[in-house]
Amino acid sequence: MGCLEAMKPEIILSQASFKEAREYIKKNVREHYEVEPGYKIFDVHIIGVPPLYIGVEGDDLIFPYTKPCHGTFLVKVPGGEEIARLRARK
Amino acid sequence: MTENDEKTALLLLGCPQVPVQTSMALYLLHGLSQRGIRPVVAGTTAARKLMEVADPGRHYLGEMTDIDGMIDDITGNVRDFDLCFVFIHNDSGIAYAGTMSYISKAQVYALIFGEHAEELASEIEFPCEVVAAKAVHNPMPLKRRLEEVMQWAVSKQ
Repeated sequence: MGCLEAMKPEIILSQASFKEAREYIKKNVREHYEVEPGYKIFDVHIIGVPPLYIGVEGDDLIFPYTKPCHGTFLVKVPGGEEIARLRARK
Repeated sequence: MTENDEKTALLLLGCPQVPVQTSMALYLLHGLSQRGIRPVVAGTTAARKLMEVADPGRHYLGEMTDIDGMIDDITGNVRDFDLCFVFIHNDSGIAYAGTMSYISKAQVYALIFGEHAEELASEIEFPCEVVAAKAVHNPMPLKRRLEEVMQWAVSKQ
């Protein structure tokens, strides 16, 4: 996975479904944005069925990362410039 | 989508944990080629290695690429396909099929197999043709359904 794995993300949910990740962000992360399937963040695509959300918590991003063999992981990493890109979307 | 009017199909292979996936993918490659549709495989490393080992002479396999690279190409409008067959036996497979349904102009076929095929099929809530069979080791139930699908795929061209 390269970049994201190198960031050593905090794992909030492990081997979950993309729907569980969606519900977690919607219920627990006040600032969240809907993105389209395939939206690229760092070096990974957001995979799933709409609606898909990415959350912002302080300087961190919370988003689902789907692996074909291991399900969806909800990860938390420092957002950097990705937060501004997300907030700038309309 | 089409190159020189040649119809193209993408086979999206996820985790190869369920035995029928590789043989059904090779069978589908053969069927599509026989019908004049050029297939391209995108899959995980393990799924691609299983395909390469099963077809060392490349009788059925043509172009094969990484699954994430293919999503990059489709979301970036670099390429697209007429048909897309997504092999599904877990929640991740559903997620990838939903993504393909959104990002690609291809007619998407969700090929659902494995122990929980019916449950997974009931979770499909996006535009696609659902083809489900409870097949784990014995490929025949899925093979029969695939034959029907290939007829649809060709007749809709």
